[in-house]
Amino acid sequence: MNKYFRELSVAAALGILLCVLAVYAPHFYEPQPLLSRLTAQAPTLVLTLGISMVMITRQIDISIGSQFGLCAVIAGLVSAGGYGFPTAIVSAIGAGAFMGAINGWLVAWMRLPSIVVTLATMVTWAEVLRLFQQGKFINLPSGVQWFGFSQFSGQVFLITLGVCLVAFLAHILKTRTGGRHIYAVGCDAEAARLSGIRPNHVTFGVFVLMGCLAGLAAVLNLVQSPQVDPKCGTGLELKAIAAAVVGGIAVNGGRGTLWGAFVGLLLLATINPALTFLHVEAYWEKAIQGLVILLAVIADGIRSRHNTL
Amino acid sequence: MTTPLLRLSQIKKSFGAVKALKGVSFELHPGEVHALLGENGAGKSTLIKVITGAHTPDGGTLEIAGTLVDNLTPTRAHELGISCIYQQPALFPDLTVAENIGLRLEAGGMFSKIDWKQRRLNADALLSRIGAAIDPEAPVKTLSMPEQQLVEIACALGTGAKTVIMDEPTASLTRSEQELLFSVVRDLRASGAGVIYISHRLEEIFALADRVTVLRDGESISTRSVRSEEGTMELSEEELIRLMVGREVASIYPPRVGATGETVLEMENVQCAAGRVHDISLSVRAGEILGLAGLVGAGRTELARVLFGITPADSGTIRVHGKKAEIKSPKDAVSLGIGYVPEDRRRHGVILQMPIAENMSMAVHSKLFPSTWLDFEKERKLGVRFIEELGIKAYGPEAPGGSLSGGNQQKVSLARWLATEPKLLILDEPTQGVDVGAKSEIHRIIRELASKGLAVIMISSDLPEILGMSDRIAVMREGRIVETMEGSSASAQSVMSAALRSA
Repeated sequence: MNKYFRELSVAAALGILLCVLAVYAPHFYEPQPLLSRLTAQAPTLVLTLGISMVMITRQIDISIGSQFGLCAVIAGLVSAGGYGFPTAIVSAIGAGAFMGAINGWLVAWMRLPSIVVTLATMVTWAEVLRLFQQGKFINLPSGVQWFGFSQFSGQVFLITLGVCLVAFLAHILKTRTGGRHIYAVGCDAEAARLSGIRPNHVTFGVFVLMGCLAGLAAVLNLVQSPQVDPKCGTGLELKAIAAAVVGGIAVNGGRGTLWGAFVGLLLLATINPALTFLHVEAYWEKAIQGLVILLAVIADGIRSRHNTL
Repeated sequence: MTTPLLRLSQIKKSFGAVKALKGVSFELHPGEVHALLGENGAGKSTLIKVITGAHTPDGGTLEIAGTLVDNLTPTRAHELGISCIYQQPALFPDLTVAENIGLRLEAGGMFSKIDWKQRRLNADALLSRIGAAIDPEAPVKTLSMPEQQLVEIACALGTGAKTVIMDEPTASLTRSEQELLFSVVRDLRASGAGVIYISHRLEEIFALADRVTVLRDGESISTRSVRSEEGTMELSEEELIRLMVGREVASIYPPRVGATGETVLEMENVQCAAGRVHDISLSVRAGEILGLAGLVGAGRTELARVLFGITPADSGTIRVHGKKAEIKSPKDAVSLGIGYVPEDRRRHGVILQMPIAENMSMAVHSKLFPSTWLDFEKERKLGVRFIEELGIKAYGPEAPGGSLSGGNQQKVSLARWLATEPKLLILDEPTQGVDVGAKSEIHRIIRELASKGLAVIMISSDLPEILGMSDRIAVMREGRIVETMEGSSASAQSVMSAALRSA
């Protein structure tokens, strides 16, 4: 069986869905709305890449939605304060790295379960943000939206950036020893440790990287509108985790590819508009999304049971 | 003669190709303490599991109180008055003593009312019956290990057990706690119950047991009375040890090559409280295989973990090639040229999901890929090289570790460490669970490595393996090295008596 069977089958599902749309709802392919829909997924894509790596190391980070919101507000305030957009980008990514480092430290060195740690930080950052910003929107100076490009160029730029990031990180994960260490720790941290790999460092690094990506994702979201909504991160962690799971990232670590997660996100992101275009009642949206996630988990369950026999 | 509580005849049990029990006969009478004795892997635990209904035997008959029982299940065994106290008590740590006892003893459905007062009184009565000063309201996790064992015994008493099995009950007890336990065992005997007592400590067997059955290689070799009617000893330690080992070391082992080089590793008074190893002084030379013998729990694996930096030493000096070495983590150990092939290859040896080439390169990432870019061609070549050198049966370097047989997985695990070109290799039970063919191949490989100048420490519970492979043998007991002997002059008898005898 092909090594990438799992990824290819998700891609095949996406392909079938796209074919169905081409036949029954050609309007789906109208360039401008399609471009907008894809652009809207760019921030989620960046989060998905991060959470995929966290999940490959057999951890989870559910605080990324809160991290995303806080980073967005920080970037918004910095650019609204007139410190310039590059400073805003750096401060968002820096804030993300800091929050990731806290998660990573608690998980790697204090040996606390990541689900509990990131649940705590999720609530903490959300509350910090609520107290601090009280739900107020931040108006961004002109020149921030679409990085100062036209809307069309800005959208193309965002999508290109997203795809390049997938390619870059996927390549790193496959061809650098650090990437191999991530998989090794996710498969069997003790075996990795006995081989001279330091699982603590790997886990910590992955959480910091996750934070950086959350900051970057916040920036990519920020440039799409003239205002920053302090609640913009709510629920994003679930979307990212769902995309990773559908794309074949194993919940129990050690398996999956970033390209797979990318395809998983595309599939989930296509289902919603596809239903609208195919005139399925909107009530079914969530149910069908849930069904897709469930199918993915069941497929992985059957696969791993098959492998252990 | 009274009806025996338990009569087993010609019990057989296999796991796959491994014959754990090849025909064991055993009787337990009321009012008797019957000791079960045998080397590691002689079949004691399997036999216990047959008696408690955890394993169904493949052949032979089992009679309980005179009636033939087949299809014994753990529940049925419990109802028939068989109770087992394991080395690690199986209690709920967060519940109180009374609650734990209540859970075992009280019948009742999911919604029946609990009489807390009665439960407490029951617990009190049972605990005082065995002379244990334990507060029934204390959560079990606050109890010491021996106290937990006493709670287990109280449970066994409460169920009215006629047959009580004790599996190395004194392993973690102090002297005075042992005495308490012994008096409880004698009380049990006086009350007409039968006790099956498993222990590696011969002096306990002489102090307690009425009869001894020796198991060897899955067969019951002999059942002897310890004392005659008049109370004189009928059995000597030497005789028991001879019964336990009683076989010739097969000459299938590769010949020793002699000629050892300089000293690779020296340990002086090394101590590690967390690993429970004490006062270790030991040296290994290049080209030498040092066998580390001892019973399970004697501290051999713990010593290996100290050397490899998993549980670093608290005090003492370790010198590698004459230079003082600080080994604080596996990473330190690897950079000093120490390799460790762990005992449990299924859990922490080979990563089953990973291709074998990736498994083999894991400990040499920084050497093989100094730029941190993975070189897949180099990795593949490494895989191919070791597949050839070690004769690994796999369809190629990209085969996942999980697709290989146990022996071949062990070779992959070995290859990972050979790739580091170590100066000292620690092998923990290198042939455990490996079939005969692969076993002698692994032996040949180990000997070859040593003859190329590698220093090898081999931990093994397989006595013939230790005797056949080692140039020198260090015997451990209770975290200490109690004796070091030359491989050529050691005998099964001398190793076993060093491992068993108390100081």
